[in-house]
Amino acid sequence: MKGHDLVEKNIGLMTVLVVVAISFGGLVEIVPQFFLKETTTPIEGLKPLNALQLEGRDIYIREGCHTCHTQMIRPLRAEVERYGHYSVAGESVYEHPFLWGSKRTGPDLARVGGRYSDDWHKAHLYDPRVVVPDSIMPAYPQLFDNKLDGKHTADKMRALASVGVPYTEEDFAGAEKAVKGVTEIDALVAYLQNLGLLLKEKR
Amino acid sequence: MSTFWSLWIIVLTVTNLVLLLWLLLVNRRREVKGPDTGETKTTGHEYDGIEEYDNPLPRWWFYGFLASFVFTAFYLYAYPGLGNWKGAKWDEYQDSWTSVNELRYDQQQAEELYQQTYGAFGKMPITELANKPDAMRIAQTLFMDNCALCHGADAGGNPGFPSLVDKDWLYGGTPEKILETITHGRKAAMPAWGSLIGEESVANVAEYVLGLSGAEHDKTKAELGQKVFSANCVACHGADGKGNQQMGAPNLTDNIWLYGKKPEEIRYTIRQGRNGVMPAQIENLKADKIHLLAAYVYSLSLE
Repeated sequence: MKGHDLVEKNIGLMTVLVVVAISFGGLVEIVPQFFLKETTTPIEGLKPLNALQLEGRDIYIREGCHTCHTQMIRPLRAEVERYGHYSVAGESVYEHPFLWGSKRTGPDLARVGGRYSDDWHKAHLYDPRVVVPDSIMPAYPQLFDNKLDGKHTADKMRALASVGVPYTEEDFAGAEKAVKGVTEIDALVAYLQNLGLLLKEKR
Repeated sequence: MSTFWSLWIIVLTVTNLVLLLWLLLVNRRREVKGPDTGETKTTGHEYDGIEEYDNPLPRWWFYGFLASFVFTAFYLYAYPGLGNWKGAKWDEYQDSWTSVNELRYDQQQAEELYQQTYGAFGKMPITELANKPDAMRIAQTLFMDNCALCHGADAGGNPGFPSLVDKDWLYGGTPEKILETITHGRKAAMPAWGSLIGEESVANVAEYVLGLSGAEHDKTKAELGQKVFSANCVACHGADGKGNQQMGAPNLTDNIWLYGKKPEEIRYTIRQGRNGVMPAQIENLKADKIHLLAAYVYSLSLE
């Protein structure tokens, strides 16, 4: 057919048509997600992370925890059995960027909050082998020495607020004071202990 | 999903499928060209003497395309994909297929299986269960999965996490108390004494506490420490230092040390306080499994 030759011999036209063909997928699968209330409404009781938890989250990202630990419990029986209620979109509306992940070297952490004591987390992060003899997780003793200065905590909150996280002026004002001088380990544990507390039904 | 977005998805999906089908059919060629058929017409482009015949798709390929359209039709009918269309009703789920319905179904199946084992165990008293080898085998697996992280695979404890095999109980070792501990968790509340009694008294009390267990200690300091102990520590640990299980205050006379028995470790405990936490398990494990675990922990103290 003539038209077909026209496309094959005209790279510009072909590029345009390829983009049109691919955009169907995006228009159907991605675009509606921005407007559905199932994905954009926070679940009941969801609050933005406080200053300390926010710094803890940044340490979590800095140390690369998300490369081995997911925060996404799939609706499969074995996962719900082990980790608790499957993750829902409404839990992540204040997450920028989200830390769902898809590669588990260690266990999922989406609902690790309250599961272990603070002391356990500290012992485990200082040297995982102390409590889990065959663990392959690296040790993070440096977190016990490093202290937060809180210089940029308010800026981080402002950045998040600009993409829709409901922080208030009060939060910005108190941010530096709330984290200054706190060790990184305390911030990280505060973040971990807050993960996934809202959906209580575990089985 | 609102009607608008539902229609948006349906219209775009169907349009896309129709366009693909049209592309496939409208470009279809039937006649085969080549030297064998006598006809040697090519597409016209040539590179390094290599030319290309304008021939039809292999037949299996063409029918493969058609088959994928048939599959798509089935898929969009059977599963939720087209906007608000929920998909066909599946017998197992008594509803349409969704990952959540599938999960519920799997959980029901598992629950029935569980009831055959845990169900019976849940009704047995803990003292009886503790002597049942098959129940204890299951319980040991549960212990390894959920408790060994803190208490150790041998239940012998870790620094800061109590041993469950030494017959020394912080909150009581009766079946009821163990059940309560696992179900609702525990929160120890030893305050930090350092700023209240001063560093010198901290050292003196540490010597006295060492003496309670019959360990080597400085007698003069211990005597001074005893006065501070009587004024501050007896409310929880008792006048004889034997502790109080109501408050989870440990017995200080049995030479069992949750946070270490070196003088500097004892001083640290007095100075900074200790707030050991046992997390509540009721939401993780539910009553039947906790019952079984309580029997396992109880059985450890029988040996």
